[in-house]
Amino acid sequence: MRVERRVLVAALVWLLLVTTPYWINAVGGYTELGSRVIVMALAAMALNFLLGFTGTLSFGHAAYFGLGAYGVGMTIKYLVPSTGLGILIGIAVGTLAAAIIGALIKHLRGVYFAMVTIAFGQVFYFMAFNWHTLTGGDDGLTGWHREPLNFGFATLDIQAHDTAFYYFALTCFAAAVGAMALLLRSPFGRTLVAIRENERRARFLGIAVERHIWLSFVISCALVSLAGTLYALLNNFTDPRALRWDMSGNFVIMAVLGGMRSFWGPLVGAAVFVVLQDYMSSHTQNWMSIVGLIFVLVVLFFPRGVLGVLRGGSSS
Amino acid sequence: MSLLLAEQVSCHFGSLRAVHEMSVSIAPGELRALIGANGAGKTTFFNLLSGFVAPTSGRVVFDGLDITAHAPHERVSMGIARTFQITEIFPELTLRENLRIPVEVAAGHRLRPWLARRASAAISSSIDELLELGKLTDKAGRLAGELSHGDQRTAEILMALALRPRLLLLDEPTAGMGDQETYDITELIRRLHRERSLSILLVEHDMRVVFRLADRIMVMAEGALLAEGTPAQIAADEKVQKAYLGDATA
Repeated sequence: MRVERRVLVAALVWLLLVTTPYWINAVGGYTELGSRVIVMALAAMALNFLLGFTGTLSFGHAAYFGLGAYGVGMTIKYLVPSTGLGILIGIAVGTLAAAIIGALIKHLRGVYFAMVTIAFGQVFYFMAFNWHTLTGGDDGLTGWHREPLNFGFATLDIQAHDTAFYYFALTCFAAAVGAMALLLRSPFGRTLVAIRENERRARFLGIAVERHIWLSFVISCALVSLAGTLYALLNNFTDPRALRWDMSGNFVIMAVLGGMRSFWGPLVGAAVFVVLQDYMSSHTQNWMSIVGLIFVLVVLFFPRGVLGVLRGGSSS
Repeated sequence: MSLLLAEQVSCHFGSLRAVHEMSVSIAPGELRALIGANGAGKTTFFNLLSGFVAPTSGRVVFDGLDITAHAPHERVSMGIARTFQITEIFPELTLRENLRIPVEVAAGHRLRPWLARRASAAISSSIDELLELGKLTDKAGRLAGELSHGDQRTAEILMALALRPRLLLLDEPTAGMGDQETYDITELIRRLHRERSLSILLVEHDMRVVFRLADRIMVMAEGALLAEGTPAQIAADEKVQKAYLGDATA
């Protein structure tokens, strides 16, 4: 019965996502907003791989998101005008940085882990901010745009058509989410849940806890780097704010808002966050106060997030 | 040859000598009990053997290999499994899921991103055997945190067994149990020892359990070994009587 419900939820989610360009205008949105939801949902779900399923809170995921964004932008601007290669390089840069930093911090726990991830994140932020000749500094990396995808036998113009870009982003999202789902249902995924549930027990079941946390961190950051590349391609631009700690905070808010113990929760959280941001920011500059208030209310009264409420569990 | 050998192992926390120059040799297939008053250093000694804390001095040898510097997960992969004084399970997972994790780890699948159908069937079969051994088959789908205290203790032993250990360290397996639950756990330990020739080191306060199960008994006092011998020798030892047992074996 539980499996049937899970399949039903997944089917509903994919149906909504695949048909978004056909109904989003009718409800006052636009296709680019749908793309933004997809990109932010991928970032939040990637963070949740570490937060919700391994029990390790990172407040520095924007660093790898931003490295992905700068990776794709700088590849297209300075090296080769290829979207595909740019994405691969963006992911590689973010993943490499995560592998190195993760190895340094894998033994830390709780608030110490969170604080150190912020610190490393800010290092990348200030590098992007100050290295004006390479990154464009505070003005951001401009003068480039996403290139059409050439498959040899056909070309997909994701630059000129918002809908084409939406489906391209959705394809990347599907691949990443599919990989996450596969991993979480695997023996490796179960070791991560074991670490989240009871680290001491996990250690004495023969699980090399630090190595598994490192792997989870690297996988999570690789996927958030992919989200970063899509974010830069969506905007044809990136700037140091993509790396800043408040962007990391946004990912955490999305995951908690939607429900970090559920697979699809961060997608719901990202949708709520991005749509609220889009709607409220056209009415007030203080839109973040309203998002913050909603976040506080959800944490206080619905700790399992929006999806938890929809499932009928208001507490615990 | 000893399966486990601890030589002059000490663990000092500042001026506190929690364990001081303890030496132990456990033979393959032996069931050894470790007793002593609260604060005698039994659990610290357990932690030293399982790698939870590092010794200040001395060495631990398992199956001829010096494991003093080995991490807990490395000791587990060599064949040392343990339970805790306070039950350590995964309360928000079902009993079946609790058992599945160590079964998969023991089968070498811990880093696998997927499982073949045959491997998955073998895992399920191992879990079923464990559930049957612990007489918990009908509770497999329940959350572990919702099981009775006795079932949780049994589940923790089954999790350790799932690792296919050669040495099982049981830290007060009957703590907080009623008579029937104590009897059930005692019988389970006895079966494991007899039918599987499993080496077991048992820390226990209930002297009925200790004297019913143990081949040999060690007594700790103030971090050091006070006495060691067969149950009859320990029961007759005046030092032990005076320091710890009283008329508990009567």
